[in-house]
Amino acid sequence: MRRRVLPGFGISLGYALAYLGLIVLLPLAALAWKASGIGVEGLLRLLSSPRTLAALRLSVVGAVVAALVNAVIGLLVGWVLVRYRFPGRRLFDALVDLPFALPTAVAGIALTTLYAPNGWLGQWLEPLGIKVAYTPLGVFVAMVFVGFPFVVRTLQPVLASLERDVEEAAESLGAQRWQTFFRVILPMLAPALLTGFALALARAVGEYGSVIFIAGNIPMRSEIAPLLIVQKLEQFDYAGAAALGVAMLAISFALLVLVSLLQRWSHRWQERSL
Amino acid sequence: MTLELSRLHRRFAGFQALDDVSLSIAPGEFLALLGPSGSGKTTLLRILAGLDYPDSGSVHNDGENFLAQPARERRIGMVFQHYALFRHLTVVENIAFGLRVRPWRLRPSRGEIRARVDRLLRRVQLEGMGARYPAQLSGGQRQRVALARALAVEPDMLLLDEPFGALDAQVRVTLRRWLRELHEELELTTVFVTHDQEEALELADRVAVMNNGRIEQVGTPEVIYQQPATPFVCEFIGKVNRFNVWSGNQGFAAGSWSLHDDPWQGRYTEAVAYVRPEQLRLAAPASQPAWEARLRHIYLAGSVAHLDLYVASLDLSLEADVASEDLSRLGLQAGMELRVAPRGAVLFPLDRDGRPLSAERWIWQARSPVPA
Repeated sequence: MRRRVLPGFGISLGYALAYLGLIVLLPLAALAWKASGIGVEGLLRLLSSPRTLAALRLSVVGAVVAALVNAVIGLLVGWVLVRYRFPGRRLFDALVDLPFALPTAVAGIALTTLYAPNGWLGQWLEPLGIKVAYTPLGVFVAMVFVGFPFVVRTLQPVLASLERDVEEAAESLGAQRWQTFFRVILPMLAPALLTGFALALARAVGEYGSVIFIAGNIPMRSEIAPLLIVQKLEQFDYAGAAALGVAMLAISFALLVLVSLLQRWSHRWQERSL
Repeated sequence: MTLELSRLHRRFAGFQALDDVSLSIAPGEFLALLGPSGSGKTTLLRILAGLDYPDSGSVHNDGENFLAQPARERRIGMVFQHYALFRHLTVVENIAFGLRVRPWRLRPSRGEIRARVDRLLRRVQLEGMGARYPAQLSGGQRQRVALARALAVEPDMLLLDEPFGALDAQVRVTLRRWLRELHEELELTTVFVTHDQEEALELADRVAVMNNGRIEQVGTPEVIYQQPATPFVCEFIGKVNRFNVWSGNQGFAAGSWSLHDDPWQGRYTEAVAYVRPEQLRLAAPASQPAWEARLRHIYLAGSVAHLDLYVASLDLSLEADVASEDLSRLGLQAGMELRVAPRGAVLFPLDRDGRPLSAERWIWQARSPVPA
């Protein structure tokens, strides 16, 4: 091996791999081993049951849509926080982290109180025919809430480091504002935006605490996959719970790989630099 | 296009970037805005580009109000100090950007854009680099991509902000010559900002020297160098020796050296004199007034040698430049005594508060210049 300027490559790599194995891979292996207890037939039967499919669909589709919404709103909020100076900016900036800091159950109860048919917001939405609490829409609202900080926090440093002169160059070359945004600013933000999207997605897929309060947990309608797992655990069906967990894991992993490929593509201009 | 800049003022929080600046820019001219940092030269360039606006004053382009046009309609090619390349686009895409963002009725066809980009790549000597990203280019190459991108929209005027600032010395000199040739070929009005006086004097047809938001002098490089209008221009352009002279019964003098003249006819008692290092005579004959100076050190800098002289009677350090090959001819050695006298000087009288008066400048030449 060539000599390196930075010392400790061997020991730090070994430590990192061992840690990763212990913290991430070992539990996942145990999960897979446990899941194998129900056998292929049992797994197929479990996954093809309409109730499981409905729960998985709600968890995944809800999380993807929530992450998309967070990407758009997060970009807007990040932009405002970085680009403009206004009174209360720092307070506003600190508020962004609140969904991180709040215990998820508290968030769930707060959201339910707000959106319940007699809640502060719910009582105005109810006459319009919009029901949020105890519907899939409520699940989606909770998912948006918990994933919100990720996009803002990943975008902020990148937005702050965008050089002003690049936008000025675009304008002096004849670009309209929207062309500057879509052809210059957005492509440069894309890698960070995708990172934020992936984090918000991962958080929303696995979210349990805040969702179950507002969801109402009506089977086939507003029941999320993590709740099904908990129910199986309560019935001492450990193998079934593990099998569902593996299914969710596979879906999440596939989604994250997809995002990561997209990200690599959006970042191609920084790869083979001199 | 003839640009008339008239009485421009621009103030930023707590600092006057432009203070009553008027200037006219002729078609096809190569103009340098020269000054130290904070002198307002970049602000002036940005106002021309439409990236900033003056608080008052006007800019007219052949009689039309130039300030009313937004940046994208001014037909200006701007090269930014740090190039401002689009780092997510390849060299080709960078150069084509200005053509691709045009509304479709004005946009050239794909083939035409491709052909124009190829032509520009050849012109800036970057053939074969078209598929690279800016991160894969050297500083000099990025600079040329920025230039090609600005030229692609066929501007009426090219603006360059410290175009060679971030490059190493060798590349800088090469690119400088190349830019001059390009300008002669394209006959494009070009304005560039620099803090490097050598760059400004070498490249430009005309130089505007700026200081504290004001234009101190505008003129050809020869005029700026040989007939500086203000003490600031004297000190900013090239190296210069500065000392004071006082009025006596034989005109102005400093110690044993005398000018034998007083153009101000006794109105001032003191003046400040600027003498360039190459204007010092090192072996003045005994018949001429001169200083006794000691040669303290010889700094050999390639073709030129810088001499560090000390006039003990005035406690004055002087620098003189001679050609290196003249060192042995004149028998110069550190430690020797020399009779030194200026062959020419630029003088400004000082008012009662000791402020130099630029309007009363006096360019003095020795009566019988004999080569040293």
